[in-house]
Amino acid sequence: MFGNQTLVVLAGTLFLGITAGIVGTFAVLRRRALMGDVIAHSALPGLCLAFLLFHSRSVLILLPGALASGLLGAITVSLLKRFTALRDDAVQGIVLSVFYGAGIALTRFIQNRYRNESGADLETFIIGRAATMLRADVYQIVVVAAVTATIVMLFYKELKLLSFDEQFCHVQGWSAAGLDILLMVLTAVTVVVGLPAVGVVLTAALLIIPPAAARFWTDRLSRMMIIASVIGGVSGVTGTLLSARFAGLPTGPLIVLTSTLIFILSWLVAPHRGILWKSGHLNDLIPDDGLTNAEGQR
Amino acid sequence: MIEFCHRGTAALLAARPAIPLQQQTDQLAELLQLPATDVQNAFWTIIVGAVCATCCSLVGCFLLLRRMSLLGDALSHSVLAGIAGIYLLTGRIDPIPMLLGALAAGVLTAVLTQFVHRNAAVPEDSSIGIVFTSLFAFGVVVVSQARHVHLDLDCVLFGDLSFAGVNLYPTFGRLLPESFRTLIPALIITLVFLAIFWKELCLSSFDPTLAVTLGFSAGIMHYALTTVVAIVTVSAMEVVGLLVVAMLIVPPAIARLLTDRLSTMLWLSCGIGTCCTTVGYLAAVRWNSSAAGLSAVVGGILLLTAIVLSPRHGMVERAIRTVRLRIRICAEDVLAGLFRQQERSAAADAVTVSTVDKCHALAGNGLLAGAAIRWLTTRNLLQKNGATMFLTDSGLRYAQSLVRSHRLWEAYLQENFDLPPDHLHDPAEAMEHFIGPGMQQRITEELDAPEADPHGRTIPGA
Repeated sequence: MFGNQTLVVLAGTLFLGITAGIVGTFAVLRRRALMGDVIAHSALPGLCLAFLLFHSRSVLILLPGALASGLLGAITVSLLKRFTALRDDAVQGIVLSVFYGAGIALTRFIQNRYRNESGADLETFIIGRAATMLRADVYQIVVVAAVTATIVMLFYKELKLLSFDEQFCHVQGWSAAGLDILLMVLTAVTVVVGLPAVGVVLTAALLIIPPAAARFWTDRLSRMMIIASVIGGVSGVTGTLLSARFAGLPTGPLIVLTSTLIFILSWLVAPHRGILWKSGHLNDLIPDDGLTNAEGQR
Repeated sequence: MIEFCHRGTAALLAARPAIPLQQQTDQLAELLQLPATDVQNAFWTIIVGAVCATCCSLVGCFLLLRRMSLLGDALSHSVLAGIAGIYLLTGRIDPIPMLLGALAAGVLTAVLTQFVHRNAAVPEDSSIGIVFTSLFAFGVVVVSQARHVHLDLDCVLFGDLSFAGVNLYPTFGRLLPESFRTLIPALIITLVFLAIFWKELCLSSFDPTLAVTLGFSAGIMHYALTTVVAIVTVSAMEVVGLLVVAMLIVPPAIARLLTDRLSTMLWLSCGIGTCCTTVGYLAAVRWNSSAAGLSAVVGGILLLTAIVLSPRHGMVERAIRTVRLRIRICAEDVLAGLFRQQERSAAADAVTVSTVDKCHALAGNGLLAGAAIRWLTTRNLLQKNGATMFLTDSGLRYAQSLVRSHRLWEAYLQENFDLPPDHLHDPAEAMEHFIGPGMQQRITEELDAPEADPHGRTIPGA
């Protein structure tokens, strides 16, 4: 039914969507939604430096560089917050723009110096190029997804506590800073393996939109995580299929637009929080279990 | 050294009439032994960079104060959607509709962000993330389909400051950089906006609640500012691309670290922004790289410098203040210790005498003990006579005041906090260094001029 390459890309975007859904749930709940954006932007200089040092386009060389500088960006955010009077939003903006600026300067330098080689093609990493995903990329994504899911399951209790009551978590003797770093590393790894496929801005979108959509459907963390990863996976697959069907449409943006569509649908029809539910149009569809009051609210 | 090539520039430059400005740059070129056109280009690029930095810094200061810094990031991405939308509608690429579309997309981002945040109960940061990434994705999809028309993603995303001084365009009988056509109106709009709404902006930035209570609509100010930011972002993006975020946030943040006054912060950030673009441009010429990117890097370096060296909030300054305070505390411990020693010796009129070693011990024998003793001797509170040390008259008064503070505080704590007697000394030992004459007076009045502290010792210096 599909070509071999399409299957590879499908598997890649499916697992990317799933892992982004899991990690993103915590980012959204902890009001750190834009950290993914910051990490993605700060990965750029590391990518370029790795290329400059090793003259290789291999993902195994470039991605560790990207991961290192992405994490450096995340650490810089925490340090600036801790040691200056600047607010969260300013600190994130500063780190994002300065690292990204360094990345662009390095890329331009590389392009001008190695004019004949295709070099580290900047645009690939800004908007991504899922169509050229390799089998090795997919293995990487699958490994990251598996490791992320395992770690989140192992630390589920602690992460839940951290997400809803950081102070209580601290009082209970858990290292909030340690758990914070754990989440940061998981976010950075997810962002970095996603970079070649969906690009800087759109990886950040995968971390935010599916969890935000999942939030309409449930009040339970475990369900939210599952729904978010389902939405992420469905968006990944749908986006890939659309881009395979209409040749020439880029995959990454289509994935994001699909998840935006799911977000809007959830906002409309989700029980209790959806617009239609609130306006009362959906009440007739649900059998009266005697739990609703006169205004149709529970 | 500087290599520039761009369409038609040479022809345009050849056609231009000689003006005094050009003579000056020509002279400069001769002085530097560089081609005249290069110096001319560099001159205009630096001017364009300065105008761009000024616009961005002026609005950026208010974004920073209102904690809306990430709005710049969001706007600069969703601008692509505006350009794409206009392309879908008209099928052509004309600068003015594109600008208007970009502007509309910018305002739409702000409106949608608030809408999703309010109506969908999504946290504000997530709501920003959802809106701008979706718009950006839409933009990328449309632009990818528009390859046959020249709609250059690179140009939208990265801009190029290096060419800003090359694209000259005849305006009012002179050759001026093309980007002035959008930057100068943006600068004028920003300045007019600031001049008209200065009071309201200050009020709603520093105390939004008071502003609302006084009848200024928070919503109107928010959207007016957003519109101006969108205008500035769109016109600056032609020059610096997505890195407009850096110019909106970094210079105001540096200025914020250096000053606590809004007016100072505004002009300081304009200066810093100009410095970033100028140095960034020169570095880009030197290393053949992106001027906008290097401007952001220069901003980052300046920010680090400010964090370390800032006169008020800098790390060095804070470290110095801490050490000074610790020296003063050590020195005051010596004085109080000598006073108590005299008290215990019962010979009230005897001059307190001690040895250098004992004084060091009173100061805690640490690294700062020597500095503390010097602090005392230079202020003539303690005098050295051979191996002995003794309090001077002013030292005695100082010490008396300290011990008075200590015992008053103990009395105050016992009166008001019901602490057991053995818990009174330690807090008083810390507080005695910070209780001045005014506070002494107030405690004395509140406790009806106590004679003795809870341990039964006389409170001196009544």
